[in-house]
Amino acid sequence: MVKEFLKGNHAFAEAAIRAGVEAFYGYPITPSTEFLEHMARRLPSLGRAFVQAESEVAAINMVYGAACTGKRVMTASSSPGVSLMMEGISYIAGTEVPAVIVNIMRGGPGLGNIAPSQGDYYQMVKGGGHGDYFPIVLAPASVQEGIDSIALAFDLAEKYRSIVHVIVDGNMGQMMEPAELPPMREIPKEVPDWAVAGAKGRDANILTSIYIAPEDEEVTNLRLLKRWKEIEKNEVLFDEYLVDDAEILVIGFGTAGRVASSAIRDAREEGIKAGLLRPITLAPFPSQRLVELTKQVKRILVVEMNSGMMLDDIMKIVQGEIPIEFYGRMGGVTPLPDEILGEIKRVAANKEPGAEDPRDEWISRLEQLISGEK
Amino acid sequence: MVSTTAEVIYQRPESFTDVHTHYCPGCTHGTAHRLVAEVIDEMGLREKTIGVAPVGCSVFAYNYFNMDFVEAAHGRAPAMATGIKRVLPDNTVFTYQGDGDLASIGMAEIMHAAIRGENITVIFINNAIYGMTGGQMAPTTLPGMKTTSSPFGRDVETAGHPVRMAEILSTIDGSSYIVRRSLHNAANIRKSKKAIRLAFEAQERGLGFSMVELLSSCPTNWKLTAQEALDFVSDEMVPVFPLGDYKVSPTLASLKV
Repeated sequence: MVKEFLKGNHAFAEAAIRAGVEAFYGYPITPSTEFLEHMARRLPSLGRAFVQAESEVAAINMVYGAACTGKRVMTASSSPGVSLMMEGISYIAGTEVPAVIVNIMRGGPGLGNIAPSQGDYYQMVKGGGHGDYFPIVLAPASVQEGIDSIALAFDLAEKYRSIVHVIVDGNMGQMMEPAELPPMREIPKEVPDWAVAGAKGRDANILTSIYIAPEDEEVTNLRLLKRWKEIEKNEVLFDEYLVDDAEILVIGFGTAGRVASSAIRDAREEGIKAGLLRPITLAPFPSQRLVELTKQVKRILVVEMNSGMMLDDIMKIVQGEIPIEFYGRMGGVTPLPDEILGEIKRVAANKEPGAEDPRDEWISRLEQLISGEK
Repeated sequence: MVSTTAEVIYQRPESFTDVHTHYCPGCTHGTAHRLVAEVIDEMGLREKTIGVAPVGCSVFAYNYFNMDFVEAAHGRAPAMATGIKRVLPDNTVFTYQGDGDLASIGMAEIMHAAIRGENITVIFINNAIYGMTGGQMAPTTLPGMKTTSSPFGRDVETAGHPVRMAEILSTIDGSSYIVRRSLHNAANIRKSKKAIRLAFEAQERGLGFSMVELLSSCPTNWKLTAQEALDFVSDEMVPVFPLGDYKVSPTLASLKV
């Protein structure tokens, strides 16, 4: 295989095809549309299913149906579309069937805009739909990592009969960079024993998310929770950059983490011992690694393209052991390496104890920055 | 010694499970279920059929059919059926939906399943009311009909007129077989079964979207006896929802079943 110059959305869609996706059901929405377009071009000639649904609500319920047959199935959308899918996502979780959902995130809330954002962290990581369930969330930071994440997402979805979200901001869907696609995988022929395919020579299979007796629902909730505990134990993924001797730990995921790595390289040239922890699985979160690093570093700087959503999880893990600071851009604004470098330098010079809410000081700094930019 | 031979002329269909249903006495869901089960048996489709249950009184339909079944979100059964049929085109896929499910919350999904000409069969139970939630107004509730959410009778000025799904779906090119029947007496039950048979025949022949609308009774929420409820179907519902064939593909028109 060779590296090609690939656009994120096309690359992720092609990665899914090569991972053996047998059905794609979706609805156009910027900045994810090229994903659907790629599937529309490719799937029919491969004899696989493609439907442009009437809405994201219908799309996710088509995914739900195909997931019940045990076939590899997925959809891709962007923030407002994923909001619409939350109904079906909850049903898929409750029925314990595997599905992969890609969210190319954009600015919000509401119609927001079509610029890159990480504002769906809460919605994706905390579940988003109703009821007790725990989705796996992968947050790749490059086109290559996105390609790899798609194949991994299907494997995890089937291993745990779980929803796997692959979330990237619009930058990653739209940008082109060199990446290598994997070879085409064989589509497995055997049907999982739980799937619906016609009750030939066996008892009927019933797939439902309804447990009308609370005692039965509780048993289901417990099963999902215990499965999640297994996932937390086995499936944590993260990347690190220059953390071995780091005194300042920058934490960021996706594009924010990647921009931060450029800033860290520059900070090192100025003699500041900064390093990066970049979670690849936002759920399960690399909590254990963060606890270890908390014992080593002096301060933490969380960088996000939202109002500090992952920040909340990090504060819960760090428990006030060391000061945490925050730098975020919102609304579809991508931070530049120089902005983050400035923050690293400021954090390195700051000897004050940590604020109760790291957002408070950030808000006034951001207001100054915005008025300066105008 | 006299030898006798017995011929089975009536028995529980293999496609039916041997359990009591949760349906109210006098409700026609049981009749509709049985007709579907008989047709699936007669066509030999049980082992390749996947049913899609709705949200509403028939939410537990999967307990009564002896075949693979999934349970959809409210109104989304046609989307779920689409997802299944597109990856398993050789299987038989049907939805079983009530009027709140199909004609209110699921209006987009039923319309677009027909527009795409999805090769699925829809059994549509129209009893002019929300049964499971305790008798609220449905999109098919008759003008002036009292329900818990139209306590003074459905006011067409503010709540609109009943929607006629068979007529609407018959205008869509992707539809192959769209008819309305009623379950209020034996003669109409026989006609309903023939219609269900033709709807499944349409699917087996790959003709596209098929739907049988069945006028049904809800004695509990209509606050009528079983017989009064059947009379209500024939006297009050049939004039608003005329029985008939709204669209029949030429291939089916010549078919003898």
